[in-house]
Amino acid sequence: MAKPAPLSEQTTVPATPAERTPGPVLRRVAGPVTWADERVGAAGLGKFFLRKIFPDHWSFLLGEIALYSFIILLITGVYLTIWFKPSMAEVEYEGSYQLLRGLAMSEAYESTLHISFDIRGGLLMRQMHHWSAMLFVASMFAHMLRVFFTGAFRKPRELNWVIGVALLALGTIEGFAGYSLPDDLLSGTGLRFVDGLIRSIPVIGTWAEFFVFGGEFPGTLIISRLYMVHILLIPGLLLALIAAHMALLVYHKHTQYPGPGRTDQNVVGYPLFPVYMAKAGGFFFIVFGVTTLMGAFMQINPLWTYGPYNPAQVTAGSQPDWYMGWVEGAIRIMPGWESHWGSTTWSWNVVVPGVGLMGLLFTLLGVYPWIEAWLTGDKREHHVLERPRTNPTRTAFGVAGITAYIMLMLGGGNDIIATQFRMSLNNISLVLRVAVFVAPVLAFLITKRICIALTRVDQERLLHGSESGIINRSPAGGYSEDHLPISQGEAFTLTSHNEYPVLESEEISPRQAKARRFFYGDNMSKPTRAELEAAAHHADGHDGDHELGDGDHHAVTGSRQPELTGGKD
Amino acid sequence: MKFLSSRRRHKAVKPLLLVAALFLMGGLYTVAVPEQQSSADSGTSTQVEEGRALFQVGCSSCHGLNGEGTSEGPTLVGVGAASVDWQVETGRMPMAQQAEQAPKRPPVYNREEIDAMAAYVASLGPGPDIPTEAQYSPEGLSAEEIARGGELFRTNCSACHNFAGAGGALPDGKYAPSLQGVEPKHIWEALRIGPQQMPVFGPETITDEDVRTIVAYLQSLEQEPAGGLTLGNLGPVSEGLWAWIVGMGGLALFAVWIASKGARSK
Repeated sequence: MAKPAPLSEQTTVPATPAERTPGPVLRRVAGPVTWADERVGAAGLGKFFLRKIFPDHWSFLLGEIALYSFIILLITGVYLTIWFKPSMAEVEYEGSYQLLRGLAMSEAYESTLHISFDIRGGLLMRQMHHWSAMLFVASMFAHMLRVFFTGAFRKPRELNWVIGVALLALGTIEGFAGYSLPDDLLSGTGLRFVDGLIRSIPVIGTWAEFFVFGGEFPGTLIISRLYMVHILLIPGLLLALIAAHMALLVYHKHTQYPGPGRTDQNVVGYPLFPVYMAKAGGFFFIVFGVTTLMGAFMQINPLWTYGPYNPAQVTAGSQPDWYMGWVEGAIRIMPGWESHWGSTTWSWNVVVPGVGLMGLLFTLLGVYPWIEAWLTGDKREHHVLERPRTNPTRTAFGVAGITAYIMLMLGGGNDIIATQFRMSLNNISLVLRVAVFVAPVLAFLITKRICIALTRVDQERLLHGSESGIINRSPAGGYSEDHLPISQGEAFTLTSHNEYPVLESEEISPRQAKARRFFYGDNMSKPTRAELEAAAHHADGHDGDHELGDGDHHAVTGSRQPELTGGKD
Repeated sequence: MKFLSSRRRHKAVKPLLLVAALFLMGGLYTVAVPEQQSSADSGTSTQVEEGRALFQVGCSSCHGLNGEGTSEGPTLVGVGAASVDWQVETGRMPMAQQAEQAPKRPPVYNREEIDAMAAYVASLGPGPDIPTEAQYSPEGLSAEEIARGGELFRTNCSACHNFAGAGGALPDGKYAPSLQGVEPKHIWEALRIGPQQMPVFGPETITDEDVRTIVAYLQSLEQEPAGGLTLGNLGPVSEGLWAWIVGMGGLALFAVWIASKGARSK
């Protein structure tokens, strides 16, 4: 749980005496700073941004990983573009990699080999670029899940959520365009896969394929077209959307986890300067360092072993990068259904899992904030996050979604699973066909029960305190454990979440009421003030059975003040 | 010429001519008669007998007392000595238990016993013989020939055995095994006999010369330095897994560490 900053009695910083003489550093920077201030208003900007407050929590750094990965991608990408030739013109390889010498290949593949083997640091840059791309999409996913599970997409952040979904979709396309560029056997196979996806679009499929590839697959245009998409179009869109994402972040201010002193009207944390300058700046170098180490020590996409793309060849272990793995898996486990109506072919086996599922995922993600707003009818702004357990049904839906995604992803790696775990390929696919529907339902039910159980634990702590570890034996031989009252800060945190009571039917439509009951009907309600007071009173020295427990909980009496903090919360 | 004509009435001439004629006929016969396709009589009869004895103890319960095959195992008539050599020397035969496919294991029989069993099975019917080293040895190939071997490998082999020869999955629990560290002789034999799920690549499809280039490519590929840890050479699935475990896992740990370091976090 987030660590709330202790409340300080001193709410204002005493003003520094005006006559203080500036030190040597300030004296030196005074000139340039004044110059900048007179031209771009740096003082005003600095005052606004340097004193911007951000709350502290490790999960708030997941989005930063994505941002830093993007910067690493730009830096390493620029290095690669200096030598990469986006051309499908055929050349004979005469470079330094002996095992491909004399083979016919495209200039794109030849220049990639050149970068890998003959350019100083080229292979390191290529591998860093690829690892960074994997981390870029992975951290976007992780960040999105953090935002989802804590309800950070609620008003006023719905638009920023939609921008985030767009960033995720664009990042996926960007990654696909990138790994298709080298024109090796694997990337060519991936392009063939996408060619099939495009063709499976009903009625206009073949036309769209010819439009994208400039004729029949593979043609001679696709690499230069993807190059434009990869280094100009999508990075431009990504940059613009990232800017918008961050601008809205500054405008909305950052969300914070519940805790004492934290409300929807404030942000409790540290200022950008100097705390977050150091933390975020340091984290950038850590991300860069980890990516460099991965690029240096872990081989990725060894395209010289794949060989140049040749439509007559294919290799075992042909998979896309991980973020397309779930689409690959959906197509692998889909039964081979196909219809022929008139002169048209309807490839349900490709269009449903491929085009359909991708559309479904991003549509569901995009509209989710409005679904929940409709359910709750909540028009308030929310800047304090929800702990995942306090919204069991949302958390359960999220985990069910993750489960379905993982099932599809397992399908995408079914051959690797078969060989590494000595299982039958066919059985894996058959099991997954069922599991992709059943496992999310199970995950939903289990997650919801776990969340409700956790809120009951919270309730237990509120009403009976924390376990002291002191076991008493009664004269009759029974054992019981003493409980300590929890701190007021923790009690505040545990009771600060929203409640969604059943509303009168005049206020909402019957359908809304039904959905609301499904979503929030099983939530624990917070203890009332009377219950809390009774519990505190009970802790002050009344032995005897209390209303909820089973008689074995006894509060520690007398020896400790309930006001004392029993521990950090 | 005087030497020949002066002694032509000698009494030893007739028998000597007879012997010379016999040699001539014998020599002509060995040249003119087509080469024996079968290796049926290649082993000495004692080796065949030893092989039969070993066969009846170790193999006959599945392959039948005379190698005719049973419901448990296929007939061995006509599979050839190469098949026995490949199956037994890689430890695939005898199988420990019925399975989708016989896995590679340490061999049970020694070289002499394998030769004896190979001779016995070869005597049942003609089939591919155990190759000589010249047929599979990758020695003395040029860089261009090895590169061509790579192209042959990617065209004919990598669909099942993976781009780096790491192996791949086949339907119903069957698999194409890894080719890393496999003896050149066994690669030649596997191509010719088409064991288990593998199709036969006969000398008309892939010549001995081509086999040598493929073997040389695989050996060169293993010797090539990789761009770091190979992660099993399994392609993007293992790369994605490690991106999440090492990359995201490691960075999440760093994030926890950074968030715990605060001006007032103590």
